[in-house]
Amino acid sequence: MFRYIIRRLLISIPLLIVASFLCFGLVNAMGDPLGEWKLAKPRTEAEITAAYERTGYNKPFFERYVDWAGNFVTGDWGESVVPGNAGKDVKEDVLDAFGVTLRLILGAEIIALALGIAVGVIGAVRQYSIFDYIATGISFAMFSMPLFCVALVLKAGGIQLNNWLESLGADRWIITAGPPGEGFSGGFGEQVFQYTGAYILPTICLVVIQFALYSRFQRASMLETLNADYVRTAQAKGVSQGRAIFKHAFRNALIPIITVSSLNIGASFGGAVITERVFGWSGMGKFLIEAIEDLEPYQVLGFMMVTAVFIIVFNLIADVLYAVLDPRIRLD
Amino acid sequence: MTEIGSPVATPAAPTSGEASQFDTTAAKKQWQVILRRFARHKAALFGLVLFVLLVLFAFFGGLLWKYDYTDLGFKRYLPPSADHPFGTDRLGGDMVSLIIRGTQFSLQIAIFVAVLSTVIGVVLGALAGYLRGWVDAVISRFIDLILVIPSLIIAAVLVRNSFVVNVAGGGGSSNWLIVALYLGLIMWLSIARVIRGMVLSLREKEFVEAARALGASTFRIVFRHILPNTIDVIIVNATLAIAQAVLLEAALSFLGLGVQSPDTSLGLMISLNKNELTLHPWLFFTPFVFIVLISLSVNFIGDGLRDAFDPRQKRVKA
Repeated sequence: MFRYIIRRLLISIPLLIVASFLCFGLVNAMGDPLGEWKLAKPRTEAEITAAYERTGYNKPFFERYVDWAGNFVTGDWGESVVPGNAGKDVKEDVLDAFGVTLRLILGAEIIALALGIAVGVIGAVRQYSIFDYIATGISFAMFSMPLFCVALVLKAGGIQLNNWLESLGADRWIITAGPPGEGFSGGFGEQVFQYTGAYILPTICLVVIQFALYSRFQRASMLETLNADYVRTAQAKGVSQGRAIFKHAFRNALIPIITVSSLNIGASFGGAVITERVFGWSGMGKFLIEAIEDLEPYQVLGFMMVTAVFIIVFNLIADVLYAVLDPRIRLD
Repeated sequence: MTEIGSPVATPAAPTSGEASQFDTTAAKKQWQVILRRFARHKAALFGLVLFVLLVLFAFFGGLLWKYDYTDLGFKRYLPPSADHPFGTDRLGGDMVSLIIRGTQFSLQIAIFVAVLSTVIGVVLGALAGYLRGWVDAVISRFIDLILVIPSLIIAAVLVRNSFVVNVAGGGGSSNWLIVALYLGLIMWLSIARVIRGMVLSLREKEFVEAARALGASTFRIVFRHILPNTIDVIIVNATLAIAQAVLLEAALSFLGLGVQSPDTSLGLMISLNKNELTLHPWLFFTPFVFIVLISLSVNFIGDGLRDAFDPRQKRVKA
């Protein structure tokens, strides 16, 4: 097991090198990050040379990549290139954005997983009951809707709610422009009020899609274990229904969803692009979109390295957990 | 059941007429069983009818509807009425004709994506699983690579880069094909992994060994003997890919990386009308409802197919 983990991590180093090189090439293919700045105003030859000198963009493509890679391993992730962004440190910005995304997705992921597992299990145990039909209908509706529409409708609803609260003489509750930068203030009650106001809509938005996926998945794997021979054997030898369902079927039905959810969580660190955009959170998704719009090569690379590490690590976690939970699986 | 009774996998070119006759009846029976199961699945049948209606609406609705999407002379922001069942938009265009065109683009993108991603995924997944060794290593590492590189960067390069648009679209005019290509190129990963896993286990079965012993070529073994055993997974995945593609295309449009004028799509229509949500809600909700109808009907079909194909699901209740 230990050797397997070490080997997998070692394999991912060349993967990161190739991926970052390709990524750098892709950003480069979009155009010169200084191009827009150059044309925005008449610039003197000296200004332009100085800007290219400062950003290292006077060097050829390959050399810039090697420079970046050399600095990266020593902990220097580079600076933003576009003069409008004035040499902001990439590492600091990426990690800030990462913190925002983390706060956003963590709660949503836990709620979606808990709800999804519960609803999926009940739906499977009571297959073709009213509950099952309603749950199936809701999850089908949820993953048939474009997420950004759900987000926009929720946002519009939030604004309506605020107006209604104001007309009653209460404070506005829903915050649709991201969490307050200065943090939450006031007494405990006030803080809870602000906290829920900032988090409730984006969390609902994220839960909606994840819940639909998890509940369908859990229902399917639970149905599979409920129909398995070992559960029938357990029932035949007189194990109580509850014990057969929870001890025998449920625990085995959790194995696939653990794999799926860890892959999913790994990918979600890349930010909830749409939710962040609609609700004004400056997380990873927003960071990436802006970096792409500005053709910022080192910001995109910084983003990629952080998300890639999480994707690789959570992929590994998924495989290791699978082997730990199901002893029939051997890691080689 | 899939191993023995599968219609296409077993006939290792039967030469006697009697044997082949036997096989065709067996094949018919299996498809009949699947169709009957599908027909018993009410939601799936409903989905199928709805999807066929949507396709007819999208591709032939324009011929029957009295207005064309190029007619812009109507009063702006008319709410839904008998003359304009979905109202008119901010340019004074009739929403019914615009929705017809949007649905058409969304459907053709989605179907293109489903076919493309399925073909790439199945072929590469099957090759990786069957040949193993360095082929598997290369394909698997390639999948890892695409997973790790943020897909929005690929979208930005492909969709926004004027160079590519000009070369492929002939003067930066039509870009729905580029959006469809992009989606096809990022959506094949999951089906490739699934097929690879299935092929890895199928290649060790006796019927594959038998085919190999009879001297069948790699190509023949993979495409005639192994892949037919994964047809259920392929079909279900391809169906669900349609729904996924419609939604992804809408999300791309919202981020400004999707279909651009003069092409259109339901997703583009929603994002163009996102500020009309409270004042002129019909402009936002009509394309929204049509997207939901497409992906809902396709999801129902996919679910019904999955149940119909699954030989273990014996206890089919109403």
